[in-house]
Amino acid sequence: MPTLFYIFAGLTIIAALGVVLQRTPVYSALLLIVVLCSLAVEYLLLGAEFIAVIQVIVYAGAIMVLFVLVIMLLNAGHEIPSSRSRVARWLGIPLLAAFLAEMFIVLLRYLPEESGGWFAPKPAGPVPIGHLLFQSYVLPFEVTSVLVLVAVLGAVVLAKKEL
Amino acid sequence: MVPLSHVLALSLILFVLGAAGFIFRRNIITIFMCIELMLNAVNLAFVAFARQHGQLDGQLYVFFVIVVAAAEATVGLAIIIALYRNKESLSVDDLDSMKN
Repeated sequence: MPTLFYIFAGLTIIAALGVVLQRTPVYSALLLIVVLCSLAVEYLLLGAEFIAVIQVIVYAGAIMVLFVLVIMLLNAGHEIPSSRSRVARWLGIPLLAAFLAEMFIVLLRYLPEESGGWFAPKPAGPVPIGHLLFQSYVLPFEVTSVLVLVAVLGAVVLAKKEL
Repeated sequence: MVPLSHVLALSLILFVLGAAGFIFRRNIITIFMCIELMLNAVNLAFVAFARQHGQLDGQLYVFFVIVVAAAEATVGLAIIIALYRNKESLSVDDLDSMKN
């Protein structure tokens, strides 16, 4: 099991690098689907079965189809580097390096001692999640439905002919 | 036996890659996909901590994050379509009308 985790961790990182480095948006989108699917396997290994399935159906299925559709609709081609992206490089690399170093220090120093029992079989299928969702988290769930309604209305208004 | 810190390291690397793409890319759709990458990094951290503490609440947060990401993708892509209709361009360098 740990070997599987590290294999898919490597695949995730390589594909994520591809997402960032590719200059053509379609390739980025396809590599992002690879990232999402290998993350779903990681969730499965971490005992989050429901989340893994949701990840594949909603993320890799619905959201990425939307992305690919928009990329093809707008005929997004090769991206041209500009002078301003050089400014971003000057400012961005030190900031990102500082963030990465800081977070790694936090990870190494302040994490509590590891407890055993990782990857012990404790499945979290739809039933316990559903119980929790409709007992403790009913209000956030209902608010989410309002959010989705607003998002649908907003998308329709924004994509109308005249803005 | 995979320790928690390794999962969090993977999550951190994914987040930094997403942030790097957000800063360095010029295509607005690629920038949007990098935001999705960062959201997924956070989701992985949520699932790892839910596993560590043996509770399901973290997984429910991932559920809500995915719903919010879906809503965000819908509205964001609609905004991108409206922008393209007005500017005929997908480069963020051309979207500077609030500057002058």
